[in-house]
Amino acid sequence: MTAFFQSLGMNYEWAWFIATVCGILLIALPLMLAVAMIIYVDRKVWAAINLRRGPNVVGPFGILQSFADGLKVFLQETIIPSAANKGIFILAPIVTFTVALGAWAVIPFDAGVVLADINVGLLYILAISSLSVYGVVMAGWASNSKYPFFSAMRASAQMISYEVSIGFILVCVVLYAGSFNLTEIVMSQKGHGLGIVNGYVFNILLFPMWVMFFISSLAETQRVPFDLTEAESELVAGYQTEYSSMSFALFWLGEYANILLMCSLNTILFFGGWLPPVDWAPLYYVPGIIWFLLKTFFFFFMFSWVMATVPRYRYDQLMRLGWKIFLPISLLFVVLISGWLMFTRYA
Amino acid sequence: MSVAHLVKSFTLWEFVKAHALTLKYFFKPKVTINYPFEKNPLSPRFRGEHALRRYPNGEERCIACKLCEAVCPAQAITIEAEPRDDGSRRTTRYDIDMTKCIFCGFCQEACPVDAIVEGPNFEYATETREELLYDKAKLLANGDKWERAIAANLEADAPYR
Repeated sequence: MTAFFQSLGMNYEWAWFIATVCGILLIALPLMLAVAMIIYVDRKVWAAINLRRGPNVVGPFGILQSFADGLKVFLQETIIPSAANKGIFILAPIVTFTVALGAWAVIPFDAGVVLADINVGLLYILAISSLSVYGVVMAGWASNSKYPFFSAMRASAQMISYEVSIGFILVCVVLYAGSFNLTEIVMSQKGHGLGIVNGYVFNILLFPMWVMFFISSLAETQRVPFDLTEAESELVAGYQTEYSSMSFALFWLGEYANILLMCSLNTILFFGGWLPPVDWAPLYYVPGIIWFLLKTFFFFFMFSWVMATVPRYRYDQLMRLGWKIFLPISLLFVVLISGWLMFTRYA
Repeated sequence: MSVAHLVKSFTLWEFVKAHALTLKYFFKPKVTINYPFEKNPLSPRFRGEHALRRYPNGEERCIACKLCEAVCPAQAITIEAEPRDDGSRRTTRYDIDMTKCIFCGFCQEACPVDAIVEGPNFEYATETREELLYDKAKLLANGDKWERAIAANLEADAPYR
């Protein structure tokens, strides 16, 4: 795109700047639309499993439900509690939302369709997703109220515990791919399984890693069964208790943007990103972005499916799973996989 | 911890089974009634909005015995009565505060002439509280509007009374 703007007679710096801004808008605006639709899908899937119909009044099949909700929230008054720390209180949803959008910079939607093709993309994503806990902690602290505070404490402990095992799982993938660049990770999955199927998930050593990554991404995005930060029965609405109107909506959007990010990471790291599932020439006629979106949507369906199926964990069970099961197993697999690669690839 | 238990927990067997079950439910027909367009059947005994009935010749049934007022546990009914010009005893005021009413149906049980009844209508939401303070004219209008449904319900329930 930079070259296109240069051909309009701009110098390189301006062309690069405008091309990047256009790229950001091209990702962020469809992402917001996708978030609205995905909230609708979430509610529909949940309803269907509960034998309900779900939203079906606003627009055909209720598709416009999220927009109606958004409009309602937008027209409400923003209430700031008098005891709250005003600056941080307002900053918290902004941080959550910005961080949720920021990670999308390195996600490759198709071969070469990526905003920032940096060679440490995976590290960038780890860093950004660690930052997202700050929004929650700030919200909980600034609300000056007990339930948000408990929720913030839980959120920080939970996200740190699961990020450790996520880190080791990513190390396994990186060992196989030999790169931190997400585009190269996807390309290295071409024909990985027996030379026929694309994706690391078909590798016996990496399949358990994918299962753990999926469960950890549920915990990382605070989805059921790990939604202890928003446990309604104990904490009202967790760190969002004191929020209203747009500040609440920003948390909401950020949360779902994070869920979509985790779905796309599942796709990129284990299911071959934009590559078709089988390494077979006719399938390559379908544009890569379609495969990418289909796979991401499939993972989102799995997120909703889990939400409708599994009850919430107790807090000690959550910590036990993170530290006493996921951490040792992922460490074991780092050793196993690096040993296996040592003997087969680098011997 | 037995080996079978270990295998079960590491293959997430219980979760796989649970998800298979919920997927089955995902494809089942949905049970939600599409409310404003579909409605559940109502029993003839359904206790909805109140109505004051008339005899077929147009004379109002209520004889102002005030049994309903006396039996009403929420004290929602207020009645005042005077002899009419032709000498018959009739109400001059018959008010029901629908915000107090608990829809127990004691008033229609108490009524000796089947004048006050709770009809099958339950869709009478209002925008102001005042609209829920029903007076005699409103109750008689309800009776005229719902008479056929009320009469059918009373007849259907008669064998069990």
